Amino acid sequence: MSTTTQQPQRRLLTSLADTIRSFVSGSRLLRLNAAAMPTAAALLIFVVLVTFGQVQYGGIVELGTISSLFINNAYLIILAVGMTFVILTGGIDLSVGSVVALSSVAGVMLANAGVNPWIAVLVMIAIGTVMGLLAGVLVDRFDVQPFIATLATMFLARGLASMLSTTPERLEADSAILGIATRLTIYDGPGVNDLVVPPSVIIAILTVVVAYVVLHRTRTGRTAYALGASEQSARLMGLPVARTRVLVYVISGSLAGLAAVTYTARLGSAQNVTGIGWELNAIAAVVIGGTLLTGGAGYVLGSLIGALVIALMNLLIIRDGSIPPESTTIITGGMLLVFVLLQRLVIARRRKG
Amino acid sequence: MTQTYSRLRAGLGALAHKPYIWGVLGIVALLIVNVTRDPGYLQISVNPANGYLAGNLLDILRESAPIVMISVGMCLVVATSGIDLSVGSVMAVSGAVAMEFLQAASAPQSTMSAAMALLLALTVSSLLGLVNGVLVAYVRLQPFITTLITMLAGRGLAKVITGGQNTSASSDGLAWIANGRVLGFPVVVIIAIALALLIGYLVRRSALGMMIEAIGINETASRMAGIKPHGLLITVYLLSGLLAGVAGVFSTATVMTVDVSNTGYLLELDAILAVVIGGTALSGGKFSLGGAVVGALLITTLDKTVVFLGVPSAATPAFKAVVIIVICLAQSSRVRALFRDRRGPVRMKERVA
Amino acid sequence: MTAAEPIVEMHDISISFPGVKALDGVDFRMFPGEVHTLMGENGAGKSTLIKALTGVYQIDSGSIVVGGQRRQFQGTGDAQEAGVATVYQEVNLCPNLTIGENVMLGREVRGRVGISWKATHRAAAAALARLGLADLDPTRPLGSLSLAVQQLVAITRGTVFEPTVLVLDEPTSSLDANEVEQLFGVIRGLRDRGVAILFVSHFLDQVYEISDRITILRNGQFQGEHLTAELDRSTLISTMIGKDLATLRSLDAQRAQREHEEGARPVVRARGLGRAGGITPTDLELQPGEVVGVAGLLGSGRTELARLLYGADRADRGTVEIDGRPVTLTSPAVGLRHGLAYSTENRRDEGIIADLSVRENIILAIQAQRGWLRPVPRKEQDRLAERYITTLNIRPADADRPIKNLSGGNQQKVLLGRWLATNPDVLILDEPTRGIDVGAKAEIQEHVLELAGEGMALVFISSELEEVVRLSERILVLKDREKIAEIENGADVTAETIVATIAGHDQNAEVVA
Repeated sequence: MSTTTQQPQRRLLTSLADTIRSFVSGSRLLRLNAAAMPTAAALLIFVVLVTFGQVQYGGIVELGTISSLFINNAYLIILAVGMTFVILTGGIDLSVGSVVALSSVAGVMLANAGVNPWIAVLVMIAIGTVMGLLAGVLVDRFDVQPFIATLATMFLARGLASMLSTTPERLEADSAILGIATRLTIYDGPGVNDLVVPPSVIIAILTVVVAYVVLHRTRTGRTAYALGASEQSARLMGLPVARTRVLVYVISGSLAGLAAVTYTARLGSAQNVTGIGWELNAIAAVVIGGTLLTGGAGYVLGSLIGALVIALMNLLIIRDGSIPPESTTIITGGMLLVFVLLQRLVIARRRKG
Repeated sequence: MTQTYSRLRAGLGALAHKPYIWGVLGIVALLIVNVTRDPGYLQISVNPANGYLAGNLLDILRESAPIVMISVGMCLVVATSGIDLSVGSVMAVSGAVAMEFLQAASAPQSTMSAAMALLLALTVSSLLGLVNGVLVAYVRLQPFITTLITMLAGRGLAKVITGGQNTSASSDGLAWIANGRVLGFPVVVIIAIALALLIGYLVRRSALGMMIEAIGINETASRMAGIKPHGLLITVYLLSGLLAGVAGVFSTATVMTVDVSNTGYLLELDAILAVVIGGTALSGGKFSLGGAVVGALLITTLDKTVVFLGVPSAATPAFKAVVIIVICLAQSSRVRALFRDRRGPVRMKERVA
Repeated sequence: MTAAEPIVEMHDISISFPGVKALDGVDFRMFPGEVHTLMGENGAGKSTLIKALTGVYQIDSGSIVVGGQRRQFQGTGDAQEAGVATVYQEVNLCPNLTIGENVMLGREVRGRVGISWKATHRAAAAALARLGLADLDPTRPLGSLSLAVQQLVAITRGTVFEPTVLVLDEPTSSLDANEVEQLFGVIRGLRDRGVAILFVSHFLDQVYEISDRITILRNGQFQGEHLTAELDRSTLISTMIGKDLATLRSLDAQRAQREHEEGARPVVRARGLGRAGGITPTDLELQPGEVVGVAGLLGSGRTELARLLYGADRADRGTVEIDGRPVTLTSPAVGLRHGLAYSTENRRDEGIIADLSVRENIILAIQAQRGWLRPVPRKEQDRLAERYITTLNIRPADADRPIKNLSGGNQQKVLLGRWLATNPDVLILDEPTRGIDVGAKAEIQEHVLELAGEGMALVFISSELEEVVRLSERILVLKDREKIAEIENGADVTAETIVATIAGHDQNAEVVA
């Protein structure tokens, strides 16, 4: 029995080590840019957390645990990807948690009202798009500070969600939306230790991949980076500043809608109070993943790692049992603070040097 | 006759130039809406049994007390061109500290215990404000990110303090503050007015007000004139924390229970809104504490009206978001220039860039 | 310089900003294969003209013809498409991206999945090699390069668009002598390939070394276009500052003569005061009751010196003694405490608090010294405001009016009042008369002499040389961030003397470091 459980574990560990090694040595990221260092640090933290968890509590480096880590946090990964776009341009999106609430409540109510589930899903994403567009236009066309603009859309979305319903809305048990969270067993391990990948996780991973391509292989993506370094430079270099700045909020909003889809599918219900404080988690994931809060530097892959770090931390807190679960926001906030301070330090160093 | 008329005209003219005239008009408009629904809305009666004044207007005043407190604090922070998103969470922390202390106290009913609870709650709140101030002034973190972290971590802290419970306690002293009457008039309103006046007096009679405005308008020029911003910034954030602590005691003592999830929840927007309605620009500079108080009253009236009209109270954030978006648009140079000069906005933008 | 068709012809260009006529009927043209320098003091309209050409500003009237076609660009991108590339004053690149990316941003080579970085970097490397920068690895981050090399990368970016016109707005302001030579090599190469180059620099030697043609602007107005070979330096300088030499000569006759004790202890003694990138180590002594003038063109280090003396910037070398005691000036607050006051040249950004009243602006500095717990009593405030409104003749005489509603000259007087209220031993005035009307200017000059008569030590910085000569007893002449002379004022010293000192000073003879 012990040998059978250990084999896939060991295989996983070696492949993990391989990935890290190839990431660290072969990757163009590190060779090129000191900006990749924080992302590498996030990866290190993740590995340390995994190792610590495995040694301390056991059962971390297991297919089942890793599967559920992804399944339970697919929404966070998607939110972090959207937030990466906004933060890279030097902005911020505080509305993502509320948009998830609005979008999921609206989606469930539509589906339950007999609307074709796929149309309901599209509407959910579109709601996010509209909220993002509103924030983007406020920021770009009317010079509203990003945090005020998205604070306004945050409250708008929360209020609208509450207008729709203040009680949990359950999806009907046969709703096709639930299919997004169907657990597809890829590898049938012993006991509960299966590699399970529902479509929601595939969606999350695809989001990361597409975001990577957009950010690193399109002019829009590069303009986002340029914008984060200096709006004035980007403007004087003749880049499409206004379009890009609106677009990043649209992307963040739309991805919040997509996150709502995966979250609702997993939970089977929606409520107006869903997603309180998720903006902190998303921002923390992005910042821990090595993206500068002031914009201009960072990697969407880092945000994926950041999201996993937060997810794993929450898991370890639950496993430990002695830390009150209420303190997770304090720990997340503390980590965010530490990383922001480290960024300050690094930048100050670089300026001096 | 003509003399009174002209004096009245002069008085109205002066009022029309006050920045918060729109707030006053807004309150009047909302009250008119309510009166058309219920002609007796504005009636104030005296309860013959205990001599208490009662009526919708008094309810509005009582409920506005905590909002007046956080708005006054927010006003000073905004004047420095900062923001304090943590006020709502600090309220929860303050309430949690007071309730936990009283629950554990040996003689909760004694005045001594009430005073200790108050002192402790206000100390903890001030400390949170101090943390914000130090991070903003010395570490030069952006105010919104600093206070976003304390906002979310603060709520976590409140939950940790009460162990996730909604702690109740009983203390005649605190209950008197929240529900007591002096000559039939609510104590909480008297305290709020007194504190607002005291701070207004302090700020305007010392040089604090002018120096806050100076750094909010032009920090470089202020520094060149020898102003050292650190102490000022710390003072305003500390004051904002302290006032949020008072607000927290107000709102928990009414029911002598702290609701760690809902006490002060979303109230940061109310405070920001009150400040903006009161004629203080979010970009900082000239501020009006009186305007912030008017703004706070308007918001409470809006809350009451929305409920009176039968809309679920959870939906009010949407209305407030709309109001803040409209005000931001009205303040943006693009919209202002639209009314003056068609060519203006393009040029404004370039000059800024 | 053959009489070819001009590639750029700007005619009768006017642009107004609220309250300012930035350009007033300016003509400007450029020829292929020629370096054309735009000269002028601060506020002359150089940057505005460039931004008009590249479409960053829309012109109010006039015409712009590029390549024989009437154009009105909608922004930098649009201008680039039409062959007008611009490298702005500050390096406007993204230090967070690679060299290659910065060169190619917006022109990346597309591959199968979006941008092909291999091809893009190859193209960038080719562009760099064309300018003799083949040793730069396009995959390195730009931020790791020195400012000078970044400037060269910015120019490379400009050439990727194969421009017919290349605008270089003060490309040399942060470069050392060798780097300037490297840059000039690049510029000559482009010129020889037929590119028309617009060059802006405050360094006279550079202007004479590189340019074929010079256009002079002053106060937004066209002052003339000359071939460099036909324009001598003294004429250039006097045209820039707007006084012909005859006027300069007659003006200095009005000079004030003052007496003061010989051998008095200096109130300020600075030794080797300097800051990297600001000004090379400079000595300066100030006696009570003395006006020391600082003459030099924009970018000569005059403001940098003043800021070090006040504590607005921290010196990284040298010492300052006040009344014989060494002090470390770490901030303006410290400077004020030691009896120093500095009136900035940048009235709008570093001087006035726009929304505060005249009264509040006057008492701001003394209030800052007292701290917020000890407010200046209202009576005292009114008294001070009243006093300076009267003695400085501030108009309108309304202490409660926001300072932003006053004219430039009156704002300047309010600021003067602010500093006088602190009762300083040393007052540093940086361009106190720029952009204000003649009457206010004369009043401020009178106050300077009056204050010196009362025993205050003053440093008077101005780009109007006759003003400096008229008011000062000693004149420090700065050029290219260095003190090149200290002249005892006397009957034989005129504005012309200073012009000659600046024009005649051979930079290469002095370059040691």
